[in-house]
Order: sequence, then C-alpha cells, then structure tokens
Amino acid sequence: MMTRFVLTRRGFLAGSSAAALALGAGRAQAAPTRVGFVYVGPIGDYGWTHGHDLGRKAVEKAFGDKVKTTHVENVAEGPDAERVIRQLAAGGHELIFTTSFGFMNPTIRVAKQFPKVKFEHATGYQTSENVAVYNARFYEGRSVIGTIAGHMSKSGVAGYVASFPIPEVVMGINAFTLAAQKVNPNFKTKVVWVNSWYDPGKESDAAKAMIDQGADMITQHTDSPAPLQVAETRGVFGFGQASDMRAYAPRAQLTSIIDDWSDYYVERVKAVMDGTWKTHSIWHGMKEGMVKIAPYGSAITEAARADAERVRTGIIDGSVHSFTGPLVNQKGEEMLPAGQVLTDQQMATMDWYVAGVQS
Amino acid sequence: MSSEFAFVLTLVTVISAATPLLLAALGELVTERSGVLNLGVEGMMLAGAVSGFAVTVSTGSVALGVLAAALAGMLMAFVFGVLTLSLMANQVATGLALTIFGIGLSSLIGAGFVGIPVTPLPKLHIPVISSLPVVGPLLFSHDALIYLSIALTVGVAWFLKRTRWGMVLRAVGESDESAHSIGYNVIAVRYLAVVFGGFASGLAGAFLSLSYTPMWIEHMTAGRGWIALALVVFSSWRPLRLLFGAYLFGGVTILQLYAQGAGIGVPAQIMSMLPYVATIIVLTVIAAGPWRARLDAPACLGKPFRPAT
Repeated sequence: MMTRFVLTRRGFLAGSSAAALALGAGRAQAAPTRVGFVYVGPIGDYGWTHGHDLGRKAVEKAFGDKVKTTHVENVAEGPDAERVIRQLAAGGHELIFTTSFGFMNPTIRVAKQFPKVKFEHATGYQTSENVAVYNARFYEGRSVIGTIAGHMSKSGVAGYVASFPIPEVVMGINAFTLAAQKVNPNFKTKVVWVNSWYDPGKESDAAKAMIDQGADMITQHTDSPAPLQVAETRGVFGFGQASDMRAYAPRAQLTSIIDDWSDYYVERVKAVMDGTWKTHSIWHGMKEGMVKIAPYGSAITEAARADAERVRTGIIDGSVHSFTGPLVNQKGEEMLPAGQVLTDQQMATMDWYVAGVQS
Repeated sequence: MSSEFAFVLTLVTVISAATPLLLAALGELVTERSGVLNLGVEGMMLAGAVSGFAVTVSTGSVALGVLAAALAGMLMAFVFGVLTLSLMANQVATGLALTIFGIGLSSLIGAGFVGIPVTPLPKLHIPVISSLPVVGPLLFSHDALIYLSIALTVGVAWFLKRTRWGMVLRAVGESDESAHSIGYNVIAVRYLAVVFGGFASGLAGAFLSLSYTPMWIEHMTAGRGWIALALVVFSSWRPLRLLFGAYLFGGVTILQLYAQGAGIGVPAQIMSMLPYVATIIVLTVIAAGPWRARLDAPACLGKPFRPAT
C-alpha cells in the first residue's frame, strides 16, 4: 500500500532539462533513454515482481549507460497507480512498463495525456496508439505441472491457492486440471481464493487448509513462496510460481513455471531507441521463451518427467494445445467439441471451470 | 484422516493465524491506554521480522533472533517516542511515517536474506503429554511465542487492572493533567508504554518470520499491523476481549479458507468479507448487550502532553 519513489525532485528537474536540451539540439547523443517500471509488489517477493525486475536488470545490462531505468515498487492497483504512472511520464521517461493487470485503466488514462510517451501494459487487453499489451501464456506451463501432478498425486487431489477470479487465473486452474486428468481421469483440483496477490501468511494458511482436506499437490497463482514452503514441511509436493523457488522447498518443489521477460524488455527498449516502436498485443509462450520450466526436482518419477517433457516439447512444436476438446464444464455441459481448440479470444475471456475443479 | 483429527489441525492453524495479531495488538493496547496512538505497528512488526530472521540466520540461534526482534521493535518505538513525546510531533503523521520507514528499512536490511532457509522456532515437546490425542497437538505442541502471547495477555490484563502502576498508566491515558498534578511523570510513563508496544510488535514480527511463514520476504506482514490496530478498538481497550477478538478474527479467516477448500460454493469475495463482518457483528452485540461497558477510547488518546512548568 505504500509506494517508494526512486524519483526525486532533482531527478525530475534533470529529466525535464534533458528533455529541453533534446528539443533544442535534436536527439542529444549523451542523453540516456529513460525507462520506467511500475511494480505491484516488492522486488523481494521472489515471484512475479522479482521476475519483472530481472527483466529490468537485463535492459540495464544490454544497453549500459545508454539507458536509465526507474522502478517503483508496491504500487497499489487503483488511484495510487495513476499518480505514480503520471509522475514517471511527466518525469521524462520515454517508455513505461506497468506490470499488473490492475494498472490497465490508469495506464490508458495517463497514456492519453502523454501521447509521446510509450506504454507497455502486462496482462491487459486494452491497446491504443501508444499503449502496447504483452502477456505470457502461463497456462502452457500449467499444463506441464498439471501433467506431473497427475502422475505424482496419490490422493488425486491438488490444492490451488488462487488470487482473484479473473480469466488469467481461471485459465490456469483449468489448464492444470485438464492436464492432470489426462493422466488420472478422476483428478480433482480444490481452489481456495485468498483475494490477494501477496499475503504470505494467508497463502500458507490456504495451503494448510487444502492439505488438511486431502490435497497432496500444492500449486498457486499468488506471488510468495509460502504455499510451497508449507508443502515442504507437510511432506507433500508442490510447484513454484514465477521464479525458481527451490531454496524454499528443496524436496517439495517438483518444478516451477518461470516468467522470463528479459528478451521482450530488451527488444522493446531497443525499438524505442531506434524509433521503430509500434503498439501491439502479444501473447508469448514457451515457444518464444517467455514461459520456462525450471529444472525438475529430484523426487520426480521417471514416468512423470517423461510425460512432462512430452507435453512441454509438444506445446513448443504446436502438436499439443492446453485446451483441446472435448471440454466439459462443472455442470457437465459441453463447452468445446472434440478435436477443436479454444481460440485466444475464448481463453482470454474464460469465466467457467472444467469438471473436476472444486471452487 | 479422521474428521476429529482434521478439526484439531484446523484449530492449530487458527492459533498460529491469531498469534501475530494478538501480540501486535496487545502492545498497541498498552500504548493507547497511556494515551498515545502509534500507527506504526506495521513498521515495527517488519523491523522485528527482519531483525529476528537476520540474527537467527547469522548466529544460528533462534533465541537470539527473537531477542533481536524485540529489541528492534523497541528501538523503532523509542524513535517514535522521541518524536511524539519529547519533540511533540503529530502522532498520526509520525505513526504513518514509522510504517513507511519500517517497510523501507526492513526491505533494505532484508535484501540479502531473501531466499535463505531458516530453522523455524522449535515446537515445545513435552514427553507423553504432547502425544496425547486431540489435547496434545491442540494445547501442548506449540512454540514458545504462542504460549508467551497468551501469558503476556493475561499478564497485561492483571497489570492494568490490579496493580498500582497499571492504574497510573490508565490515569495517564485518561487524564494526563490530573496524573501530572499529583506528581506522576506523564512523559516517562508514556515512553515505557510506547516501548512496550514496540516490544510486542517486534515479537509479532519474529513470530511471522520465524514460525508462521519461516522466511524473509519483503512486506511479509501484508497489512496485519493495521488489523491489529482495528482489533484494539474492537476490544474496547481490554486485553481479555482482545484475546477473544484476535482468535475470532483468525478463526473466521481460517474457517473460510477451509470452507472454500471443502467446495461450499459461496463466492470467494463473500468468504473474504467474513472475518470483518463477524468482528463488526460481535462488536455490535457487545455494545448493545447486557455486558455493555465503556466502549470509548482513553480520553487522552492521541493528545500531546506538554507539562506546565
């Protein structure tokens, strides 16, 4: 809820004078391209925000002193976000990454007021002349871990610590459950919503609740390693989220879905430098390397590993799709006939659960 | 797994969810009873959490870690005391600043400790008794901080109600002028109360980073300091009612998670509201019921005191 500003008044003045100089003398060679990052959580969350910050560091590494990055952590989704984004835009940043779904409306509003500044919004769906949207196909990773869960679960029940019921999260729950059911048709996924992206205590309580109720696989769509740590101490297995969380669960982590934003961030910063930046809406997955699977844990069985690899390589070469019909919802109604796959549009607006999800 | 066993596990989870709230709120209760409003609970908890974790990892001694957490909380509270009691700064603004400062400082100190495992606070095992069914896991297999939180609550209740110094503390909170005119050092009493608040918040932080979720990650309190502040109001500044409030809040939070896991089919948003709704309902019932007691705050809460010279 609190924001910490890396931006200072002096920095702001320097930024404005640099902009003024640039106006006078054309594109001054010395002025570095300023890039801003707005984070929803702390960099030290070891999850989502940590991943974006690795992307920021990759930008700094790739361009050295040609680029100057600013980041603001712990920005609440809401009015606070608009203030922070506007401040970055007014402070001379040429490209601003806003890295949470809830920053969508503030980003669009500020972008209207600063038509020369380029914006990149993660996981949203609204684009404009100067707002591009990028997202990763996390659900592809969930198909891989779901496959492993199907093999490794003795009870056939997984516990899914979830944040908010938005399509992004619903899609992940469904992809995970469908993949597990390919291995064990009776597989069930329990879902507990903690209504937060980041609350280590509550996330761990949710994991404990589901383990007490018979789940022996823990996975999550929240940002802290707490659920995985519970899996470790309770003697069940689990999967990391957004980063490799092995340090917290050396035994229990079977693998982790890793978001890798580095290549994309470097590419987009370069586009701004070259003046070739254009708006777009991209959704990259394992094929493009935006979603990766961490090394498998030592507890994984040979069958589970082989099947997980089959799914992973299948998704990369296009022979496997996470949502292949027939798909049936919780009420038993057919949502997709056999042989078809869901379109991107259908996935991006998903608001129903497949049979076997207990939510 | 028998249902009886599952029930016990649920209650054990409730106890650990309630303990950080209880500790932090207890400290704030004593602070507020002396007439000082410290909104920096969240910041003091984080200072405690990171210090406890860092010292435990560096020295290998969890006891030293807990001690460091308590000291860190006290130090933060002391800074707050200097600013508000000696320098007469506004308590609300200073408290908020203390929270922001605590978030930043703990992130800075903790930067090198993210991703490092720690040996959690050991559970006390009493031979024979700890292995009794139901009672064993429920009452006799917790870590020291959980027992301490209960003991401290009872101790504070006794102190405030039955001891001379407890009465002095309350007098300072209710009427600083009168306490001053009969010769008590208002500022000194308030310093002690504020520092006790830091002590308890520091312990609450240590419980988070060494027992509840044994790890350090930034802002791991996730708003618990604010809930603790609300619980003090809920308890109408009474320690035993605070104990009840913390367990009620923790209990409903956990039960709604179990209810979701059992697939009850109530929208998750409504479930998340439950702890707050339950606390409001209980507060209303207390206010209207036969136990109707004084619900108002200490009369001098948040009022700076400048001794007449």
